[in-house]
Amino acid sequence: MIGKIISNKILYAIMLFIFLAALPFFASMFQVSLFAKFMCFAIVAIGLDMIWGYTGILSLGHGVFFGLGGYCMAMYLKMASSNGGLPDFMTWSGVTHLPFFWKPFGNLAFAILMVVILPAVVALVIGSLTFINRIRGVYFTILSQALALIISTLLIGSQKYTGGSNGITGFTKILDFSLTNPWVQLSMYYITLLALIVIFFICWILVHRRIGKTLVAIRDGENRLRFLGYNTSVFKAFVYALSAVIAGIAGALYVVQVGIISPTEVGIMSSIEMIIWVAIGGKGTLVGAMFGAILVNGFKSAISNQFPDLWSYFIGILFIIVILWLPKGFISFHEIPERIMKFVNRNKEEI
Amino acid sequence: MGNQNKEILTINNVSIQFGNFKAIKDVSTKVYKNEIRFFIGPNGAGKTTILDAICGRTKVKSGNIIFNKQHDLTKIKEFKIAKLGVGRKFQAPSVFNSLTVRENMELVASRNHSLMSTTFGSLEKEQKDYVDYILDFIGLKDEQKFYPQKLSHGQKQWLEIAMIMVSRPKLILLDEPVAGMGRHETEKTEELILKMKKECSLIVVEHDMKFAKHISDYVTVFFDGQILDEGTIDEVEKNPDVIKVYLGRGSEENA
Repeated sequence: MIGKIISNKILYAIMLFIFLAALPFFASMFQVSLFAKFMCFAIVAIGLDMIWGYTGILSLGHGVFFGLGGYCMAMYLKMASSNGGLPDFMTWSGVTHLPFFWKPFGNLAFAILMVVILPAVVALVIGSLTFINRIRGVYFTILSQALALIISTLLIGSQKYTGGSNGITGFTKILDFSLTNPWVQLSMYYITLLALIVIFFICWILVHRRIGKTLVAIRDGENRLRFLGYNTSVFKAFVYALSAVIAGIAGALYVVQVGIISPTEVGIMSSIEMIIWVAIGGKGTLVGAMFGAILVNGFKSAISNQFPDLWSYFIGILFIIVILWLPKGFISFHEIPERIMKFVNRNKEEI
Repeated sequence: MGNQNKEILTINNVSIQFGNFKAIKDVSTKVYKNEIRFFIGPNGAGKTTILDAICGRTKVKSGNIIFNKQHDLTKIKEFKIAKLGVGRKFQAPSVFNSLTVRENMELVASRNHSLMSTTFGSLEKEQKDYVDYILDFIGLKDEQKFYPQKLSHGQKQWLEIAMIMVSRPKLILLDEPVAGMGRHETEKTEELILKMKKECSLIVVEHDMKFAKHISDYVTVFFDGQILDEGTIDEVEKNPDVIKVYLGRGSEENA
């Protein structure tokens, strides 16, 4: 039993959760807020791993779902911070009345509901249309990327309602609590940690049940599975919606703590970065995806502080190293010495 | 095969066309319960194409395929055909390589493949016992925790046949089950198929005539997309047309 747990790598996950839970007791408030952001990214990575690592569907448009969740939450925060008036960017654009679709977002419960429902609906509609029509592989990937481009362009274009390329920012309050209050920030940190843990374990249970095996079977041979009596389109639409909802929740938590959501988070670049976290951490292992998101973003903060221009080179090199020498990602680090030995021995033989 | 009440599959005037190429021309035949039917014929005669049509992989141009006297398979999606009880084994062994032998079996053992059942349901004891029984029967019980890469070619073929068996179909379509197998493995496959016959009907596409002689009840000879002859193996072997287009060629090659 214990051996099985270790081989499932769940021990690493529990260690990570304990570390994250203890972090606020010894780290500075700045570091805590950084890790809160990383946890949001880790949540996205778990969802992406479900659809890419387990089911083998590469989506390059998950920024859209992160953004949908983020914008829903941002609309609430903006209204809560405007004291009943119009959000500032609307006044600048000459809007005199609050648009009808903004009104219900004044209610936190409604906003939270939308954070879950909106990504699910968008993913289910797109998923059913594509998967039932057997659009898959690289065609689905291109489609998902186009979606990211379309949505981010739409957001930039509708300046009046979405704040355009600046996005929505300038939040001060959530439920009458000031967002600068350290206790509110700490509570949000622990809410995010709780969300991470709950989502991790839901996905962990799913991949160990028959549905998880079904998803892996879709990755291995979708046609074969269909001839065994499985309606694979339903499973693919489900996992797409699941990962979309997870990304939406992450986006909402992100907005509250980072204080801004803009089309940059929705677009192609950020969508691809999400995939890189999963690849570097180790796809097909939920723990790996989670670590990947936290480590890559940790490096990103550290390196961008020192050499802002070098970050994209760094992540590019890291990605190449992983693809070449660590196809299972950094979570399979115990294989590194073995791989180096193999590499050395092979070169010796050639000499 | 006189019993008309026991038809499991009726193929009525089926034609299949790929572009301008007529792969199957007006083929009709009947398969009965607990029968082992062989489809033989030279390469390109349309044997695999007709299997594809039965399991919903290929659309027919005209005609229909009636399963169990009530379902027209030409109008049903492939996963529903599988649920009705038609199992298909493809030519190349195709099992799921990232799942263990047992997980491969369990994926099929529960006959409810809905989202809900795969998420919340678990296998019944009876289904688990049946998986054990089949694994024991094909001799993979000790390998049940292995991943398929560790299995031999023959073992992979048996695993795939076992996966179809465990879903308890009424009709099994086997495409070249003994291709690439040695004599000993072929004999074991024969034993396996004879055992399966007690529970369902089988259609087997195979070139190995010895194999056909051992286990077939009835043989349909295809040539150029049409049925050339039908009967027991001893009957068709005596048909001069069959010898000319198929069997004769084999002996020439051997000579």
